[in-house]
Amino acid sequence: MWQWLTQLYHRMGSPKWFYELTTPWIPWLAAISIIGTVVGLVLGLAYAPADYLQGNSFRIIYIHVPAAILAQSAFMMMAVAGAVYLIWRMKMAAWVAKVIAPIGASFCLIALLTGAIWGKPTWGTWWVWDARLTSMLMLLFLYFGVIALQRAMESEDASYKAGAILSLVGLVNIPIIKYSVEWWNTLHQPATLKLTEKPSMDPDMLVPLLIMIVTSYVFFALLVILNTRNEILLHERKRSWVKQLLSGQE
Amino acid sequence: MEFNSFAEFIAMGKHGLYIWLSYGITAVIIAVNVVQPILRRRRLMKEQAQRLRREKHNAPSA
Repeated sequence: MWQWLTQLYHRMGSPKWFYELTTPWIPWLAAISIIGTVVGLVLGLAYAPADYLQGNSFRIIYIHVPAAILAQSAFMMMAVAGAVYLIWRMKMAAWVAKVIAPIGASFCLIALLTGAIWGKPTWGTWWVWDARLTSMLMLLFLYFGVIALQRAMESEDASYKAGAILSLVGLVNIPIIKYSVEWWNTLHQPATLKLTEKPSMDPDMLVPLLIMIVTSYVFFALLVILNTRNEILLHERKRSWVKQLLSGQE
Repeated sequence: MEFNSFAEFIAMGKHGLYIWLSYGITAVIIAVNVVQPILRRRRLMKEQAQRLRREKHNAPSA
């Protein structure tokens, strides 16, 4: 088991191996992303019953919740990739961290904007400085900080390191976001889904949400792979395998 | 199906504006994230092809 893990680790560090491995994955990930989104949204927008309190506005949940979950998961993955770079100096990990940052920020922005729009008919206001909303805004600023640091310095190595350190420090914000709705009295409703409890949601509402959450992870994987492959092409362009690959396609 | 007509579906009770605005903004952000790596890959490929051609061109005279 351990041997298999170390072997996997060393392969993961090889840009060529990653590039060749992921080539056949792309159409599948794209197909699952498209089908999952269509199925999830048709079920969520047209078939799920309206919420007895909120009416139809609750249908924003099908983008809001997956985006918010992913924004936080992406931050954690970025921090782990950053730590791998800091400890073992693996280039691939630095590229993955760099690639995740703008994608995670995009999902964080989606969660904040759709949340504001959802807030208007539900709470009567676009924005309140409550704990959940404020900690989520903090997450967006942390993403901006990491993105800036990753591109801040002449030396790529120093930039990647600075970005990795901020993403590790920024991890403290993740549990604050999660527990903000329990620790503080917030306008934001408590979690709809909990891993430890049976969901309180109607299955007709819940199934499309679960489809959208799973699909959003697949879509995220697709984006990370596409962008990481670009980083590989850029950084390894002088290597013979990249030259061969590109001249073959001409 | 929760709605009796397409017009009712678009109206979403009185929440149509909020829902479609949310989905519209999301679609734009998602589209940028999809198009950006595809365009970048195309650009990288083109630059690399030019470089390779230049190298081939310069090799015999050098």
